[in-house]
Amino acid sequence: MTRVEVAVVGAGPAGLCAAVAAAGQGARVLVLDDAHHPGGQLTKQTHKFFGSRRQRAGTRGIELAGVLAGEAREQGVEFWPASTALGYYPADGVLTVDRGGRFLKVRPDALVIATGASERMLAFPGNDLPGVYGAGAVQTLMNVYGVRPGRRVLMVGAGNIGLIVSYQLVQAGVEVAAVVEAAPRIGGYAVHASKLRRLGVPILVSHSVKAAYGSPAVEMASIWQLDERWEGVAGSERRLSCDAIGLAVGLSPLTDLLWQAGCAMRYVAELGGHVPVRDEVGETSVPGVYVAGDAGGVEEASSAMATGRLAGLGASRRLGYAAGYEEAVEETRADLAALRQGPTAGKIRRGLQLLREGAG
Amino acid sequence: MLERTGVPTPEQLALCLPGPERARRGAVAVFECFEKIPCDPCYEACSQGAVLPFTDINDLPQVDHDRCNGCGNCVQHCPGLAIFVVDCTWAPGKALLKLPYELLPLPEAGEALSCYDREGKRVGEGTTVRVVRGRPFLGTPVVWVELELDRCGQVRHVRPREGGAGDGAAG
Repeated sequence: MTRVEVAVVGAGPAGLCAAVAAAGQGARVLVLDDAHHPGGQLTKQTHKFFGSRRQRAGTRGIELAGVLAGEAREQGVEFWPASTALGYYPADGVLTVDRGGRFLKVRPDALVIATGASERMLAFPGNDLPGVYGAGAVQTLMNVYGVRPGRRVLMVGAGNIGLIVSYQLVQAGVEVAAVVEAAPRIGGYAVHASKLRRLGVPILVSHSVKAAYGSPAVEMASIWQLDERWEGVAGSERRLSCDAIGLAVGLSPLTDLLWQAGCAMRYVAELGGHVPVRDEVGETSVPGVYVAGDAGGVEEASSAMATGRLAGLGASRRLGYAAGYEEAVEETRADLAALRQGPTAGKIRRGLQLLREGAG
Repeated sequence: MLERTGVPTPEQLALCLPGPERARRGAVAVFECFEKIPCDPCYEACSQGAVLPFTDINDLPQVDHDRCNGCGNCVQHCPGLAIFVVDCTWAPGKALLKLPYELLPLPEAGEALSCYDREGKRVGEGTTVRVVRGRPFLGTPVVWVELELDRCGQVRHVRPREGGAGDGAAG
């Protein structure tokens, strides 16, 4: 049994910021992650971040992963790589972990769950063919392992992930046949869309993939136009030759551990699915269990860092490390409010409102 | 339209252009930033005070073109790659464009370029004047392109010209 004051599950932007904040307050912190390196999704993000200086705007994700991991190390945070959290048992306060094949028990005084989100799938004939990827997998192959996922790719979804990964495909020397978006407007930031258009990549709104064909792997896709009820328009089909299809059709919070720990959950579509009910610093209905980052609702990495910091402050305060707590929470909440203030965050604001009101 | 096509409209572009008088005085930054997102590194990047302070991080940047000296520091700091510097006084009949460039291989000084508009259509030719590389790997390189004066409002991307002088390996 390993005793720690604060255990953090997930070493992405939220988890690392939670760890840095808690350790900065004086707590003894353990971070574990199923990956071999800290950083979570940051390790494959070669684009620059938005936000402000306090969220390190202008820094590329991959650089930020190193910066946050370095800060955590400096604060004496312990890191367990290749370690998967298996379950949390509130009655005993025990977190069970598979650390490289060994079954271990950890007893933290407070637990921060920062497990992130997972990619959604899309139903269409041929979606089980080799060559159909989640856009995140495309990004991992290219940017972490240096492997091109194909020669000519169709991207499905023009949210920020679909746009950014398409741009990075072009950077890797891969042709992007088109980006199709089912909604009548581009979901991601306009600047990402403009970057892609300059490179000659078409973006087709009110369009989706109808089917993928090929044997033994993707050789062609059929795309078609969608009407105002999001139904395919017969006769509008077009065939595109491609050897890979990237699906960037949204993320869902990765909440298994929260469910299993018995946290009260609520379905809020605006936040990506079921999310835990929590207070202003992320404490769930299970005392001492906090949520941070996308596991609590899908947002930007800059927001994940802020909610991570709040959870870290909350968890350490629970243990009595309360120096400067009010000021730090207030400052972070103000940053978070500013990030969520713009028109692009309207959905998040609505979702959080529904979560608070319990109407979701 | 921007939200359907990814290409700003002429009306939007008209809003971000410096006045003709300022344009006649040389290099000046053009901020093609039309959507309120939480982002303000351009403010931090400008040493001339030409980007006015943000009251809300979601605000669109307000640029005082009279204070801008066209240095291009903002070009390499904008996470959205949405800032360009245009100099209509570069040479008789020629303009200079400083644009963010994140593809490899980087063009080299003197290299012939094909120029593309905001929709990726080829709209002429240019020549690389210099490349400001920024921090290795992490910075956004800025390519200085000499091009026909009447194309400077249209061109927003370049690629080494096929078969052109110094043309590198195919991407």
